[in-house]
Amino acid sequence: MAQQTTAGRRYLRAFVSGFFVAVPVTVTVLDRFAYVARVEGASMQPFFNPEGGSKSDIVLLNRWSVRNYQVQRGDIVSIVSPKNPQQKIIKRVIGLEGDFIRTLGYKNQYVRVPDGHFWIEGDHHGHSLDSNSFGPVSVGLLHGRASHIIWPPSRWQQIKPSLPPNRGPLDTKEEEG
Amino acid sequence: MFRRVLGKTLGFVGYTIQYGCIAHCAFEYIGEFVVCSGPSMEPTIINHDVVFSERMSRHLCKIQKGDIVIAKSPYDPNMNICKRVIGLEGDKVCTSSPSDLFKTHTYVPKGHVWLEGDNLRNSTDSRSYGPIPYALIRGRVCLKVTKYIDIYNIKKTANVSFCNIRKLVTTRSHVYGF
Repeated sequence: MAQQTTAGRRYLRAFVSGFFVAVPVTVTVLDRFAYVARVEGASMQPFFNPEGGSKSDIVLLNRWSVRNYQVQRGDIVSIVSPKNPQQKIIKRVIGLEGDFIRTLGYKNQYVRVPDGHFWIEGDHHGHSLDSNSFGPVSVGLLHGRASHIIWPPSRWQQIKPSLPPNRGPLDTKEEEG
Repeated sequence: MFRRVLGKTLGFVGYTIQYGCIAHCAFEYIGEFVVCSGPSMEPTIINHDVVFSERMSRHLCKIQKGDIVIAKSPYDPNMNICKRVIGLEGDKVCTSSPSDLFKTHTYVPKGHVWLEGDNLRNSTDSRSYGPIPYALIRGRVCLKVTKYIDIYNIKKTANVSFCNIRKLVTTRSHVYGF
């Protein structure tokens, strides 16, 4: 009888100590290092979810590389939506602070991205809630950079930064012409 | 001998990682102490005051009108600003100064908040850069640490007392009278 109670107490102690190790470590890893997320919707077709329907890509988001808010043009990033703080959206960075952007459907045709902001767009124009609807986004909303597609296995790849054709900051030469 | 040293080192590293993660969770989800600088929140919070900002309200989306919040600056994500929430999404806020003849109003868009400092004459806030997204808010200031200076002995006694920040000020939403 006495042996059973000590075994039960030992089990409880082991469980509690394991819990207090596992939960903070997992939470810290998800907040600071890496995050796994499923891409839903058609706003980044054909890069993500090319078939659409029920097959969604799952991506690995690197949170360590954005700890100093450093992003490049052409990166795919996830940000907290400025319209809904409980939702995260994943889009491509088109312009950084100081760039001039020719917009598609924004209230101004040409926009200079203010300091501390960047311009994001989905690859599937017209089916995307991005900077063309809500304007330049503050860099403080940056959540993570998509580094790899990890599911489905047939689409395993590393995501490299690349700007879509004709979507990029305007050079001053182009403006004069 | 080597195995013992290795075992001790691994144990030390393991404990450091565990306590570091617990500290991260505490600062991220419970609260942190912040040193405020600048005159934009006088007389509620003066320069070099230490305040405690709690994170739970922000994660549960329970920030209300009249709260003092710490937020990331929209123009520089490495800088933090400390202001009061004047309007939540959908609210109508007055954007003209009290001396203007014609009052102008604007509605705070969805997912944004309107912030203003208590020291209106000396504060850059939403009146200059517009409403900021809710997700830039880091925490709600709930306590201020006050220090007691003993003038007879000319030394600063660290008699730290916490005073509830809400009782210190009256809400400002009826200053503009809209």
